[in-house]
Amino acid sequence: MAYAKNGSVWGVDAVAIGAILVVGMYLSMFGISRAIEPAFAVQMWTLFAALLAGLIGLVGVMGADKARAPSRYENGVIKAGVIASMFWGVAGFLVGLIIALQLAFPDLFYFSEWGFTNFGRLRPLHTSAVIFAFGGNVLIATSFWSCSARAARAGWGLVALVCVLGLPAFIVLAGTGYLEGVTEGREYAEPPWYTDIWLTIVWVAYLLVFLGTLWKRQEKHIYVANWFYLAFIVTIALLHLVNNLAVPVSAGSWQSYSLFSGVQDALTQWWYGHNAVGFFLTAGFLGIMYYFIPKQANRPVYSYRLSIIHFWALIFLYIWAGPHHLHYTALPQWAQTLGMTFSIMLWMPSWGGMINGLMTLSGAWDKLRTDPVLRMLVVSVAFYGMSTFEGPVMSIRAVNSLSHYTDWTIGHVHSGALGWVGFVSFGALYCLTPWLWKKKQLHSLALVDWHFWLATIGIVLYITSMWVAGVMQGLMWRAYNEFGFLEYSFVETVEAMHPYYAIRALGGGLFLVGALLMAYNLWRTATGKEPAHERASDVPVLAAPVAAE
Amino acid sequence: MSYEQATHLAQTWGLGLLFMVFAGAVIYALWPGNREEFTQAARTPLNDGDDNG
Repeated sequence: MAYAKNGSVWGVDAVAIGAILVVGMYLSMFGISRAIEPAFAVQMWTLFAALLAGLIGLVGVMGADKARAPSRYENGVIKAGVIASMFWGVAGFLVGLIIALQLAFPDLFYFSEWGFTNFGRLRPLHTSAVIFAFGGNVLIATSFWSCSARAARAGWGLVALVCVLGLPAFIVLAGTGYLEGVTEGREYAEPPWYTDIWLTIVWVAYLLVFLGTLWKRQEKHIYVANWFYLAFIVTIALLHLVNNLAVPVSAGSWQSYSLFSGVQDALTQWWYGHNAVGFFLTAGFLGIMYYFIPKQANRPVYSYRLSIIHFWALIFLYIWAGPHHLHYTALPQWAQTLGMTFSIMLWMPSWGGMINGLMTLSGAWDKLRTDPVLRMLVVSVAFYGMSTFEGPVMSIRAVNSLSHYTDWTIGHVHSGALGWVGFVSFGALYCLTPWLWKKKQLHSLALVDWHFWLATIGIVLYITSMWVAGVMQGLMWRAYNEFGFLEYSFVETVEAMHPYYAIRALGGGLFLVGALLMAYNLWRTATGKEPAHERASDVPVLAAPVAAE
Repeated sequence: MSYEQATHLAQTWGLGLLFMVFAGAVIYALWPGNREEFTQAARTPLNDGDDNG
């Protein structure tokens, strides 16, 4: 198609992408002319600018194609994904630190004349940036790494570029909207209706690249990591489409009404919300675990049979766990119990997967001493085990009556997000950078070590302070005095949590410093003057850093 | 279809179907004839070299 041997050809893919961009530009102009809210006009201008940049980029790529020898594996797309991951990681962690400081020191980090500094507007910017921009780009980059050779041969290179550039554009549109107060108010699904349509297009492109590549594969067996990636892509498509079924107020407004109402709406939202955790933050990153840990340890998967059972059990159980977010609500009791039961059953595949990941190191445990990248990957699996133990406990109705709405939940989420998702992503990016930029090894393994310890101490400070704060908060809320009145006012609980909020911010700060070291290290690796390698197979798997700094 | 009919269908045939599919996946994973294929597959990331995929 577009990458035909004889140079620049406007294939079906380029024409289709160009047509979508032009139609999108027309629709955004239509939106600008009809806008009944200033914020919507700003959003439409942003969309228009993004689409115009895309069109200019498309023409540039098609024009330049003749000049440069087409990269054999379309590694440029993956490189862009790695850079975007690192950028959004640092940006998302920074916003997280700011809102943590806002909770600890409200006077210092909130300016009443600037509405966008409000915690309520910054918080979705943090969650979307770290989950969808950082996590999403990591998933796109790593999943393309394991199939990019075939993707290029199958002619999907240009469509892959749409995913890598379209996802950050989605985050920019959604994120600038949050700062202006444009939100659907659905947790992790805050983007307004037109942004949802944009994401749908990007996701269809992603699915096409992945499926089209698998379809043209040469070997019979589909490796388990690709099963996890595929489940992630398909399920996120389903969740996104159903949870965002809504009717816009008008073509000139960002506001819309959900198709569901009342308890059905709540259940749909938490079916979405929990499976965003289950399929985005778990299944996708398990794909990374099953590819990068064997690769970095240079050991085969401990039990391939277990990995198949891990996959199917996870898929069959996770999808039902969402109602545990709605204990003690209008949701029928049996549905709450169902959600709780499936959450508890999830222990089995989660720990099966954890054991499989850890035991892959059998015969290679000594590498943990010398290879900080492998150590990061392995500790991520340990955090996976820890947070998937804690989650089912918290889903039990009696425990939930204490933990729900408290900061214990925030601590739990971050042990999974920083410990599991963060560390497995960092490990994968540390692996990918020398491979992609064809370097012998990372610029500095000592810096990786610093990153590892700073981030680990940061996570421990974060989760322990939130355990204490959350359990204390829950106990204070339910304390009665001898007359049957509540013992504490709400603000007294906030006051009591102040020191823990300060400790949490310190932990988040350490995590951010670690990520900054990583960004510097990857940049130095990519721009280093080391001799380039001809073939990817010449690049050592970095596992034996004899000359480690 | 009424709510009662839908829940009845889900709690009988739906439940049975999902159990069967899952049982099929477990049988596939444990089937002795697949051992060789899985042993090969477990090494997939290690065999990724210059092809990078």
